[in-house]
Amino acid sequence: MAYLGRRRLGAIAGQGGTILVTLFGLLILTFVIGRVMPVDPVRAMVGEDATREVYEHVYQQLGFDRPMWQQFLYYLKDVATFNFGTSIRTGKPVLEDILYVLPATIELATFAILIGATLGVSMGVLAAVNKDRWPDHVVRVLSLAGHSMPIFWTGMIALLIFYAHFGWVGGSGRMDQFYIGLVPEQTGFLLIDSAMAGEWEIFRSAVNHIILPAALLGYSSSAYITRMTRSFMLDQINQEYITTARVKGLSNRQTIWRHAFGNIRVQLVTIVALAYGALLEGAVLIETVFAWPGFGQYLTSNLLIGDMNAVMTCVLIVGVIFITLNLLSDLLYRVFDPRTR
Amino acid sequence: MTDHPSDPILSVENLSIHYRGTPRPAVRNVSFTLGRERLGIVGESGSGKSTVGRALLRLLPTAEITADRMSFKGIDLLRASEKDMLHVRGAQMSMILQDPKFSLNPIQRCGDQITEAYLTHNKCPKREARARTLDMLEAVQIRDPERVYGLYPHEVSGGMGQRIMIAMMLLTNPSLVIADEPTSALDVTVRLQVLGILDALVRDKGIGLIMISHDLNLVRNFCDRVLIMYAGQVVESLKASELDNAQHPYSRGLLAAQPRIGGGRGTLPVLQRRPEWSEPVEASS
Amino acid sequence: MTMTDASQRPARETVKRVPQSLIALRNILTFLLKSPTSAFGLLVLAVLLSGAALAPLLATHDPYAQDLQSALQAPSMAHFFGTDELGRDIYSRILYGSRITLTFITLVSVIVGPIGLLVGTVAGYFGGRIDTVLMRITDIFLSFPSLILSLAFVAALGPSLNNAIIAISLTAWPPIARLARAETLTFRSADYIAAARLQGASSGRIIWRSIVPMCLPSVLIRLTLNMATVILTAAGLGFLGLGAQPPLPEWGAMIATGRRYMIDSWWTVTFPGLAILCVSLAFNLLGDGLRDALDPKQMNRR
Repeated sequence: MAYLGRRRLGAIAGQGGTILVTLFGLLILTFVIGRVMPVDPVRAMVGEDATREVYEHVYQQLGFDRPMWQQFLYYLKDVATFNFGTSIRTGKPVLEDILYVLPATIELATFAILIGATLGVSMGVLAAVNKDRWPDHVVRVLSLAGHSMPIFWTGMIALLIFYAHFGWVGGSGRMDQFYIGLVPEQTGFLLIDSAMAGEWEIFRSAVNHIILPAALLGYSSSAYITRMTRSFMLDQINQEYITTARVKGLSNRQTIWRHAFGNIRVQLVTIVALAYGALLEGAVLIETVFAWPGFGQYLTSNLLIGDMNAVMTCVLIVGVIFITLNLLSDLLYRVFDPRTR
Repeated sequence: MTDHPSDPILSVENLSIHYRGTPRPAVRNVSFTLGRERLGIVGESGSGKSTVGRALLRLLPTAEITADRMSFKGIDLLRASEKDMLHVRGAQMSMILQDPKFSLNPIQRCGDQITEAYLTHNKCPKREARARTLDMLEAVQIRDPERVYGLYPHEVSGGMGQRIMIAMMLLTNPSLVIADEPTSALDVTVRLQVLGILDALVRDKGIGLIMISHDLNLVRNFCDRVLIMYAGQVVESLKASELDNAQHPYSRGLLAAQPRIGGGRGTLPVLQRRPEWSEPVEASS
Repeated sequence: MTMTDASQRPARETVKRVPQSLIALRNILTFLLKSPTSAFGLLVLAVLLSGAALAPLLATHDPYAQDLQSALQAPSMAHFFGTDELGRDIYSRILYGSRITLTFITLVSVIVGPIGLLVGTVAGYFGGRIDTVLMRITDIFLSFPSLILSLAFVAALGPSLNNAIIAISLTAWPPIARLARAETLTFRSADYIAAARLQGASSGRIIWRSIVPMCLPSVLIRLTLNMATVILTAAGLGFLGLGAQPPLPEWGAMIATGRRYMIDSWWTVTFPGLAILCVSLAFNLLGDGLRDALDPKQMNRR
């Protein structure tokens, strides 16, 4: 451990500083967006027919009469104490709301990234191994199509086909209507909760419901993973150590998976971490289509009624998740690549 | 000093190799036979010498290989299926590549890479393969095999890396080893040492060796016979001891361009390259 | 290539490269047409452009004309793509909608290009603290998924077509700035920049006359590549009701209203969605081909 070294500690400290600056910028950004909005937050709170005194009172209570920089300091203090205010729509603290809906989205996104990574990595390897032959072209078109589809529309069409027409999968929501409320909530992750409660009927219903939105999200995120896998793989295939592996008598497949793939694994982990963040974007749209009671739906429904406390907190949280994922992918790189040790 | 080359393990007749999408073949009408001896293939870069080595292992997916005959221990290398080749490569014929910096997998421990070569062709417990690897590391004169076993390629020196490579390729006791410029990436000081190790092992185990090199002196000292290649053709084939009697003008040019200790101090002659040497020549063995 | 050319030439002349760049454009076009996928991309774009230009001629109906008598009719000869819940002809609406899409990508590019160029070239040219600050700001914007940030901006500005354009522009400039900065860094130490400086040209003049023209080609290509993302984000905003407002025939908004009727009237969502898919796929295929056409590694191989 001693050889962790000053240089590495320095690098980590530098990175920590960068993150702090980015985080600070994030806060400025959300603060500014929150203030320029034309909806009057006081009016939204007190209602249209409140008296002038009530209005003034709330106005001062919220600190809107103070200079901007003071308001910003208050905002910082609130954020530091995890006080994000109350949602106008639900009347509950925003953070509580978000923590309540977040597991649904994480469940969906995790399921989706499993599909997306499996699909993307195998398609990328397939394309690289068959460079400039027909599998490469097919993969290219398939992944670009995934990248090009408006996911909210594909979601609807998929519902029309697989749910309304064939009835192969569950429709909208996380499970069939009549199961709602039957599973004791422990983790918030329905698949885990229902499995723990031994409610296999509900578990099956949940899988049935998650499979379609997750597959679509996964497919759309696989485009990026495919492209990167292909290019990483092409870099490796021409390396001399691949020849060594072939000389040893390994088959083409063994060479690819044991040697070439081993060398891109680290890069892939970082790519998948970034793709996971990008999934959140698709989740906002797909949750609307599938009536998925998650973070995305919470964000959009609050957007439409101008509940800015809720919206800005959502944006802030997405930003923090993004920064964390970036950091995580960086860290994974350091941990898994022997050359950086 | 070696077995008689009368019982050839490899015989090649009129081998031509054409990379797809290139105007002219990289190798034309190369013929030679090899017994349990050490054959040197010498030539300048681009003369097709490495291509020959890789073609023998069928490692050129983008090239058309044609030959009247290319047989190795009774196996027809031209017609062998890819599955058959998997039993040839590594087990009976292997190849030492040029630069251990690139030819070893950067994220696997050196020892595991050697062990993998053994396990690919021998069904045995991992422990046994590991023991054999350690023995082999000792045989290539690595002093602390246990430690080196667990090192990553970027943690070993070039000379050490090449010894690991030799260990990996000789562990399965192949009948033929192709050494493709095995020492040109190494420091001059460790070259002889590595070559010595390779030479000793090849002699001990009675392995046929094809040494591909651009270094005439090296080939002269470590090989029994020498093929001289120019522009994809063998221009001359002769015993290493008779190298000074080479007839072909290109071979003579190569020899004349070598500096010699105790030789004259005048300017060394510049190597001539005449277009007619690139014309197809009658196959001669 | 371009770098060495230009460095041997006074900065003033770099602007007058029109014939040369036209030849380059022709070469790129021929290269693109050779690959079936890029050719498809070009074809779709041609259809989009002509559809938008000739919308009044090609449309069979007034895109805003309601006809409740013939609401939600299936595709037929009278209505190629059927009608929506107010009896409006979907085919004509999609045609006119292409104008909105084009407006969108044009305006976003017009806004994003200069902002990205300005930030990138200034950061790259001056370096040091200015660079650090500008790049930090860029990073902050990059640390959001673009749709989420656009959502936040639209929420703050209020939903409308113009605000959606502004919101998307605000999120789309950072990659351009990054690119322009990287390009600038490669030119910054070139001799002709030093020469201009020695002649006493101001920094602003050097950036505008010497550096910006050099960054322009790659920035333009990058803008083209971005268009697919812009189209999808715009459609997403429209779908959420935060982009173009009814009765504008914006494709995303059409899907949003058609959604209520989709179980019985599949055509209300299918055709606008296909239009989005085709156009964004076209831009992606084109971008993919463009990358190949301009990748020197690829050119050597062929």
